[in-house]
Amino acid sequence: MKRSRRQFLKVASLSVAGLGAQLAAGGVTKAAAAVKPSYKEDALALKAKRWAMVIDTREFASKEDFDACINACNFAHNVPEIPGKTEIKWIWKDAYEHTFTETTNKYQSKEIEDREYFMLCNHCENPPCVRVCPTQATYKLENGIVAMDYHRCIGCRFCMAGCPFGARSFNFTDPRPYIKEINPKFPTRMIGVVEKCNFCVERLDEGKLPACVEAAPGKIHFGDLSDPESEVRKLLEENYTLRRKPALGTEPGVFYII
Amino acid sequence: MYNSKYVISGLVIFLAVFSYPFWGNLASKDYTGPKLSLPADQKQCIEPVEFMRAEHMTLLNQWRDSALRDGKRVYVASNGATWEASLQKTCMSCHTNKAEFCDTCHLENAVEPYCWTCHVPPKGNE
Repeated sequence: MKRSRRQFLKVASLSVAGLGAQLAAGGVTKAAAAVKPSYKEDALALKAKRWAMVIDTREFASKEDFDACINACNFAHNVPEIPGKTEIKWIWKDAYEHTFTETTNKYQSKEIEDREYFMLCNHCENPPCVRVCPTQATYKLENGIVAMDYHRCIGCRFCMAGCPFGARSFNFTDPRPYIKEINPKFPTRMIGVVEKCNFCVERLDEGKLPACVEAAPGKIHFGDLSDPESEVRKLLEENYTLRRKPALGTEPGVFYII
Repeated sequence: MYNSKYVISGLVIFLAVFSYPFWGNLASKDYTGPKLSLPADQKQCIEPVEFMRAEHMTLLNQWRDSALRDGKRVYVASNGATWEASLQKTCMSCHTNKAEFCDTCHLENAVEPYCWTCHVPPKGNE
């Protein structure tokens, strides 16, 4: 039997089209059979357009006042207590001149200068750490929280160079041996990643206030900065507050009542 | 043919060794997967077992992205049940034996996921 080139091409193209259609149909039915995942928010989740914190520094005098918050945070997030320069800090305290570096006037109130102040990640509106992160391990959520995905962190430490507040710590060693009591509900970190305060985003998502706020009732306030009726907005209207390094324009979300 | 005695017997030996994986496996027993310690009080995982076996890492990756990036921490399974999207709080509360569940299978398949450098394995295991 003799076949023309034309006949051969007809048969060949038809069989290829048929094979392709069969594969495509198989793929479609297979996809329909697969599990269709869906996700939703917790019904209890606390929501805000811009989370902010107001710390009443007049209420923090003794070491116990500070330690209550620091220990609550350290336990909630498995923060190790490493002595020396390789320490890991989520929330910590320091002197006036280290906290408000731009507002150190002469002959100020001795009481204010001698007071100690909480420091933590400021969850800036324009976070430099987010701009410099090459892997998007650090990102800003819609509610204003600057969060981290430790799975993506490659430990380049650009964010530590970018942050003007020293709010980020690098894990130079395996942090596990330095954690007093491991909280089984939160992961630890590993050697080679950067970590910082996350404004307790995991607690907000299940309807709880941040651990430090809970540990210091009436001393640290937390709420929606974009809502004029919120507690934090009222406190800001009624009290004189400072923010750290406002001239840099990062718009911190942590306010200090002086 | 020169040296046919050596050449042919050499070829036979070569073919026997080369095809060993085929006839060796025909003779041996069928492969059985490792025995895992499963939660005694549960009948089914959050999704069908075939899906979990093949896709658990995909599911965990989706859980991570949904929880961390979108703040959606509740997973609605294909049967409508809801679960908190958390390895430590959801998976490990049932699968309390990491060594005889995760590790046994991962060892058999020669994979070394590094989940546990950060995630805390359940207490009953350490």
